Amino acid sequence: MIVAEQKPLEEIKSMIADARKVLVLGCGTCVTVCFAGGEKEVSILASQLRMATRLDGQEKEIRELTVQRQCEYEYNELAADHVRDADMVISLACGIGVQTMNEQYPEKLTVPGLNTSGLSQPTEQGVWEERCQACGNCVLHLTGGLCPVARCAKSLLNGPCGGSQRGICEVYAERETPCVWDQIYHRLKDLGQLDKLLEIEPAKNWHTSRDGGQRKIVREDLRL
Amino acid sequence: MSDNGYLVGSNLEKALRAGYFVATGELGPPQSADRHEIEHKAQFLKGIVESVNITDNQTAVVRMSSISVAVMLMELGIEPNIQMTCRDRNRIAIQSDLLGAHALGCRNLLCLTGDHQTFGNHPNSKNVHDLDSISLLQVCRDMRDKKVFECGDAIKGQEPRFLLGAAANPFADPFEFRPYRLGKKARAGADFIQTQLIFNVPKFRDYMRRVVDLGFHEETYILAGVGPIKSLGAAKYMATKVPGMEVDPEYITRMQSCTKDLPSLGEIKAMDDPAEAKAARNARKEAAEAEGIKICVEIIDACKEIEGVAGVHIMAIEWEEAVDEIVKTCQLGPKYDPARQPA
Ligand code: SF4
Ligand code: SF4
Repeated sequence: MIVAEQKPLEEIKSMIADARKVLVLGCGTCVTVCFAGGEKEVSILASQLRMATRLDGQEKEIRELTVQRQCEYEYNELAADHVRDADMVISLACGIGVQTMNEQYPEKLTVPGLNTSGLSQPTEQGVWEERCQACGNCVLHLTGGLCPVARCAKSLLNGPCGGSQRGICEVYAERETPCVWDQIYHRLKDLGQLDKLLEIEPAKNWHTSRDGGQRKIVREDLRL
Repeated sequence: MSDNGYLVGSNLEKALRAGYFVATGELGPPQSADRHEIEHKAQFLKGIVESVNITDNQTAVVRMSSISVAVMLMELGIEPNIQMTCRDRNRIAIQSDLLGAHALGCRNLLCLTGDHQTFGNHPNSKNVHDLDSISLLQVCRDMRDKKVFECGDAIKGQEPRFLLGAAANPFADPFEFRPYRLGKKARAGADFIQTQLIFNVPKFRDYMRRVVDLGFHEETYILAGVGPIKSLGAAKYMATKVPGMEVDPEYITRMQSCTKDLPSLGEIKAMDDPAEAKAARNARKEAAEAEGIKICVEIIDACKEIEGVAGVHIMAIEWEEAVDEIVKTCQLGPKYDPARQPA
């Protein structure tokens, strides 16, 4: 899922400095599951902002609302009245939700309350680890189902660099982040597919990634 | 193929093909635009090694570019071995720089992935990694041997020709995969390999035994990475702080005990006479340096006996002065190898 983290309160305060009525708008999907922008986080941020702006002597009117999926117009329509009443919207959705709101309600500025940080897997309570970078040209069939593009600090495609030690990536030695190439090696060994590691993987086609420009999928079969 | 069946005809290629036990050196460019520093370091390497590696922003610290320093070395009569990493350039920039490097006269090239930028002085930079060391080797080999750019377009006119090198770390994990990775680099185009610094000879011997069993030493020339340790602190740093490096504890003990008969740092601090203290400090420094060079010489001598090792790559960064003594003692290189002296 898409994971995100809340921006520091000070940064959020400075973004809304000129507004008097502010809507904090959450999203009920990915960011709810990763405890960053659901109903609960919306209510916490709203009270923090109320208190902080009161202490600063410039109390703002802070409203709260959470829609089910902020990346779709249909769900955001429910926020129309709240948006009309507000001077500004703080979105606690991922970057996609923030942009959808700006497009859908161009007369109001929606600012990001979160930093969107990856396509991750919740690996234990309170821990999310990046798993995919949406490179558009998946290689998981060659690597035992572990992604070197997102999980190797150098996005290597031909095996572990010289810094892999004790299964830990050299780049995050202190954080003890696993070297994904070490994991790929052991996984392929278990699968009896080490020969895959001997194949030379030529220069990757990054055109399918962001490098080819903004990506767009059009499915004619689904269009109305 | 160019002249006389050589791929590029560099000193390095000729010495390797002639079967000499070769020695290459290394020079770290300055973190400034100062050319004098290069001239100063170059004098210690001139004429005593086959070629000199010039690092490409090593440890991700901004330095003068490898190719520009190569040109200065050539003006000083030293054969450069340029380095190219995948961290800072995409395939367009890499190929472009290599066209220029060939035109400027460079003929040896080491292809690397590159140290991650979090280690360096610009940790907030964006990295590239469009290619990795192995796809980079392939691209360079295809430019040289097939006269095509990575995209498949033909190179009309002179193709960039380099003797291609790659790095190998015998001590990194997974240990059992490392010989295969070396073989993969050879297959991707590496004419020679320079290994990570070796401070654990038995483990390197095991590694080379696997490499030889697999026959990879016949596909590429393998140069063992060696270097003198300057101080006990440096030994400890390499043992604990450098990723992918292994230091035999014996060397740390030796770096420690080589100064045990001299006044300790505490005793020096207590000395009243500043001149006496300075002399004592110098004596400690000299003893440590002598031991460091001795260890390096022993490791080189051990490597000479290991099957499949074609030479050594001496990394004495910021201590270039030491290289002459090392190659002299080990009788290596154009100047000191007895086999290479005119009768
Ligand atoms: S290879 Fe690409 S698409 Fe597949 S998991 Fe990795 S980043 Fe995602
Ligand atoms: S240690 Fe492993 S994960 Fe880290 S950069 Fe090297 S190969 Fe990639």
